[in-house]
Amino acid sequence: MANFITRTRGRQRLHWTDWASYAYLGFGVLLMFGPVLWLVLSSFKTETELQHYPPRLLPYVQQTVTLPGYDDPLLVFHVTQGPLAGQDVAQVRRIGLVSQMVRPDDPTTIVKVPIADREPVEHVALATSNYQKLFQRFNFLRFLWNSTFITVVATAITLLVNSMAAFALSKYEFRGRGTVMAMVIGTLMIPQTVVLVPLFLITRDFGLINTLWGVIIPGAATPTGVFLLRQYMLTIPDEILDAARMDNASEWKIYWRIILPLSAPAIAVLAILSIMWRWNDFLWPLIALSQTENFTLQLALNSFRGEFTTDWASLLAMTVLTLVPVVAVFAFLQKYIATGIASTGGK
Amino acid sequence: MADLELRGVTKAYGAAEVIKGVDLQVAEGEFCVFVGPSGCGKSTLLRMISGLEPITGGEVRIGGEVVNRRGPAERGLAMVFQSYALYPHMTVRQNLSFGLENLRATKADIETRVTEAAQMLQIDKLLDRRPKDLSGGQRQRVAIGRAVVREPRIFLFDEPLSNLDAELRVEMRGEISRLHRRIGNTMIYVTHDQVEAMTMADKIAVLRDGRLEQFGRPLDLYNAPANAFVAGFIGSPRMNFFTGRIAGGAVRLTTGETVALPGDTFDMAEGAEVTLGIRPNGLHPVDSGSGLSVTVTGVERLGGESYIYGSTQDGTAVTVHSPGQTAIEPGGAVTLAIDPAEAHLFSAKTSKSLRKGAAS
Repeated sequence: MANFITRTRGRQRLHWTDWASYAYLGFGVLLMFGPVLWLVLSSFKTETELQHYPPRLLPYVQQTVTLPGYDDPLLVFHVTQGPLAGQDVAQVRRIGLVSQMVRPDDPTTIVKVPIADREPVEHVALATSNYQKLFQRFNFLRFLWNSTFITVVATAITLLVNSMAAFALSKYEFRGRGTVMAMVIGTLMIPQTVVLVPLFLITRDFGLINTLWGVIIPGAATPTGVFLLRQYMLTIPDEILDAARMDNASEWKIYWRIILPLSAPAIAVLAILSIMWRWNDFLWPLIALSQTENFTLQLALNSFRGEFTTDWASLLAMTVLTLVPVVAVFAFLQKYIATGIASTGGK
Repeated sequence: MADLELRGVTKAYGAAEVIKGVDLQVAEGEFCVFVGPSGCGKSTLLRMISGLEPITGGEVRIGGEVVNRRGPAERGLAMVFQSYALYPHMTVRQNLSFGLENLRATKADIETRVTEAAQMLQIDKLLDRRPKDLSGGQRQRVAIGRAVVREPRIFLFDEPLSNLDAELRVEMRGEISRLHRRIGNTMIYVTHDQVEAMTMADKIAVLRDGRLEQFGRPLDLYNAPANAFVAGFIGSPRMNFFTGRIAGGAVRLTTGETVALPGDTFDMAEGAEVTLGIRPNGLHPVDSGSGLSVTVTGVERLGGESYIYGSTQDGTAVTVHSPGQTAIEPGGAVTLAIDPAEAHLFSAKTSKSLRKGAAS
């Protein structure tokens, strides 16, 4: 493995194509991971630091000091000019262009320093307050629960419904089977935005607007899923089903005990895809859910962006938390996705 | 344990008729082999008996009851498939017990029956393995075991040995025969291999194009084939066929030779077009005297016996079985004496046997 990754075209030195390859790959890594890294680092920045110009990659925090006679910790500055030049002092308050400072060893004597003559004393530190705020000020757990509930239940229903449809379409001979399959595939060509309004009307008439089920049910049967599972099930020999029929198995039992376990690789692929679709889904939940207590994480993220102000610190922190489950699912199961999609010939 | 009866059974896919009326009676405890070339409908017939394939017309009776409308599960049969069709995700034990679980047998009952069957088939050490970890022969045993544990009324085998190598096939052949003697159930066995049919069967049903050509005991089929097809299909190497015409109470072959046959054995209407059939061991090379003159094209020397391949003047292929070792070389000519007692005579028009008293 290490050999494979580090092999080069040039024998001793790196050939120019090696440089080009590494540069290209490095650029790719930067392109893919740069924004994610930026996001994660930014989520640990304070609101002040986020507003800092020019932006800095690492999260910095200004040093503070607690002095007797002051209730709150005071910000520490390094004075560059004037009588206190070269000293670190604490700022009591700032009035216009002048800040009132005290020396840490003499907290009662106030010294006035023009703000141009001082520099904040900073060090790299993670501001976890953004994350704490999510749990304290916003109902993060509620959104997490909504998202998780929708993802898990919808994926379970999707797997059940799609695998049943795929079983029927792959293993039973009936009149119109080809037509049904063509119609299922045909729906792939209709963009979601086109059916959005009729879908909304139907969902409303069923009284499912503003419920989590209104998000779960409409998307439960996916043509991609049916197609993917059907293609896989076609490879299961019919003789095994015949053997099960001879073994007194009912059709339901054949589905449950034979077809499902044997389709496990394809079902795993669909499960992963469904989890990612549902977790990242935005448009339909935005339409179907309008009350905050039903919001998914994606909708909650959206609500941080106001017309006039945006709570960047919370937005970034929640974005990171929202990413974690999908990244985890993908990281652990990506090998199944690749092999599964390759073996089913799906997209 | 039950007998099986087919009455005018037909099967059609739309306009295409694949089984064209089969009548057959298999007595209780008999080992019956369906044999025929590929595409003759033998597997379809078996699947119709099993219930996996619906019956278009006629009746299938098992133990006297008409089972046409019953599903495969309700007929009380068990089947061994060509591809074994073991459940790949289950262990051998689960494979064996799956059917019993579906029959709602008790745990203890399943345990004893699985153990018993596994011991009988010598797969008791493999019970916790999965099918992919088994060899072809072991999978075959498991497939048979899965049928045995069910204690079915009739066993159905669909070309069960065709995926095994030659040596294993002979071994399993003996094993299935022993199994039949031991449990004594009715068994229906489908194969395209006439050697399997001859060695295993109590009764053979020869099928062609969805029709039953002949049904009877192996040696009856061999000794008195009902038509030229059965004569050619049963026996290895194949029977030799020569065309000719009845002239003066004897057969005058198109090559010019005359073969005298005992008149009381065959219907020999003067002038009738006939096919003379003689098995390779009914022809003997002779040094002198009259006979069929043949150009030798090949010789197979197996040590204990030899096969001589040749062709007559009109190009008909001839195979001769010669016991022991022969000095005949390819390229030479040889004269063959025909043993009249080994001769079979068929009508050239209907290809039916002209043997007196033969079932037509």
